[in-house]
Amino acid sequence: MPTYKSVETKYLQQRDLFFRGLRNLDRRSFLKVSAAALGATAGLAPPHAFTPISVAHGAESAASKPAFRFAYISDSHLYERDVNDRFVRGLLRAVDDVNNLDPQPDFVFYGGDLAQLGQAKELELGAQILKNLKAPLRIMVGEHDWYLDMGQKWQELFGKPTYSFDHKGVHFVVLNSVVEKDFWTARKLSPMDRMKTVAGLDNGFQSPFTVGDQQCKWLQEDLAKLPDDAKLIVFSHSPLYKLYKPWNFWTDDADEVQAILKRFKQVVVIHGHTHQLLTNRIGNIHFHGLLSTAWPWPYAPEGMPELTIQMSRPDPFNPSDGCGDGEVFVHPDGLVDKVYALWNRNPITVSRTYMLSAGKQNVPPLPNRPAY
Amino acid sequence: MTITSIRCYTGLAAVGASGLLLAAIFVGCSQETPPPPKEVADVSMDFTPPAVTLSTETVAGMPTTAKTAAKEDAQTVKIGACDGGKPIEVPKDLKGQALADSLMAQWKLHHPEANWVAEEMERHAIKPPADNSHLLKGDQAKGHAYGNYSAQDLLTWTRETEKFVAEGSRIFHSGDDLGSAVAVSCDMCHPHASNTHPETYPKFQTQLGRVALLRDMINWCIENPVRGEKLAPDSPAMRALEAYIQSQRQGVPLNYGKH
Repeated sequence: MPTYKSVETKYLQQRDLFFRGLRNLDRRSFLKVSAAALGATAGLAPPHAFTPISVAHGAESAASKPAFRFAYISDSHLYERDVNDRFVRGLLRAVDDVNNLDPQPDFVFYGGDLAQLGQAKELELGAQILKNLKAPLRIMVGEHDWYLDMGQKWQELFGKPTYSFDHKGVHFVVLNSVVEKDFWTARKLSPMDRMKTVAGLDNGFQSPFTVGDQQCKWLQEDLAKLPDDAKLIVFSHSPLYKLYKPWNFWTDDADEVQAILKRFKQVVVIHGHTHQLLTNRIGNIHFHGLLSTAWPWPYAPEGMPELTIQMSRPDPFNPSDGCGDGEVFVHPDGLVDKVYALWNRNPITVSRTYMLSAGKQNVPPLPNRPAY
Repeated sequence: MTITSIRCYTGLAAVGASGLLLAAIFVGCSQETPPPPKEVADVSMDFTPPAVTLSTETVAGMPTTAKTAAKEDAQTVKIGACDGGKPIEVPKDLKGQALADSLMAQWKLHHPEANWVAEEMERHAIKPPADNSHLLKGDQAKGHAYGNYSAQDLLTWTRETEKFVAEGSRIFHSGDDLGSAVAVSCDMCHPHASNTHPETYPKFQTQLGRVALLRDMINWCIENPVRGEKLAPDSPAMRALEAYIQSQRQGVPLNYGKH
């Protein structure tokens, strides 16, 4: 790594740190920033410097400091570049975002739906772009990657869709939660028609997502060696609970999976598919959604979890509004602060304390433009 | 023998040829006149012309394609379709309703999309139009045409309205039909037409700097995220899209101007 940094690089890094620090600004730290700003105008600090202002995260700093962090990118829905370059630019932007993080995250997690129609060229393009990441990549499969060739190409590029790994004392599990019962044989669908049926979020001819008995058994065995107070983070493409069946914001055998996770003191489940800020807690299990780099989904018309504070509805005139990527800060107790780094908006953090206090402390900002 | 059908001619003819009976319907589109049924006299007297009717109800939205009798061979008779579709083969001794059923069944087999309205309604969970069955209850206004409805009337209204809305849904869910240059369709941001809030129009659309109708927003979406050619306000596609979007907000009160 080069040690020399130009004036411009230093300036941009300071600026970045400053805005990062502004994320969770409470009143007291706001006063600190204001004082520093006053100092700057009074000539006490160089007016161009952002460094003197570091913002402490009030309540959280006392309770717990994150042990490590990883970044995430999800749901890029790539077509080939000459079909649609907008989604390609979305993924490129996310990769830039993550590569510009300083220090670099421990790894980058990709949340599924890399391709739009599961075609070899789409998946290859995605793999090629993701190779530009500086940090190591961990990847999960989504339904858009799978149902053209039933996962053949995806597995060729990225390996098994179900696996686990350990990182700094936390056990991570990656599931393929988009297993659908055969609906295509009876309807005599071609592979592409099957893919397009699954690709339509509101297409009712497909089956509900499941994890399936085979993976449940695998999960049970994989977790068998862990003590009840283990730190555990599970990734699934669909939310591992039942939110809204018509859009498959749903896992049909979620109860079975939750039963396997029940014995642990606490578990974090992070899922893609919903393209929005989504928060839920069922007993010991804390659920967080991921943002998409392609487009935001509307919120489900019914059954929204109480803990979810919806993000403002996206501005259709702003092409990447409501999209983004983000970071996950893992605390020593295994719970996380989930950062939704929305493009063109202030980032929103759903903190560990918000989840632990059942929505009483550290409440994320309320939307100023709620859904219709 | 091959018989081509003619425009605006509907008829039933029993044609005997070499002692065979062929039933044929003419509903057609080609310009030739039908051959005169010369040999009718040869037909044995106990023959009643089979009532070969092709029901319209299973072929929603499409003109019924009646068949013209065509060739014969040893065991079966080929009947050509005036829509240019695949000829239908039936056993030559089939008569009457059995013949009609066979024709219909085979036609359906060759036209799996014929039931597309019902399929589209199911696939995309389209909300049905309002139930008007209360109109059939109680006394009908005697002596008035207006307000006097039969069950058949109600069926027609529902069927036609559903077809209109289903057509909108089909376009809404198809990047190709929308003419998208980037393979994007409406449902990719608006599953079940959610977040389209048609009840809030007309309203001042701040980003456009003027009052917009739903169709203005549809066209804005088609031109921008979808990257297609905008639709004429009275074009069939625009009318169908509006119909579908509004149908999905069944029961939501109008609230024009809402932001």
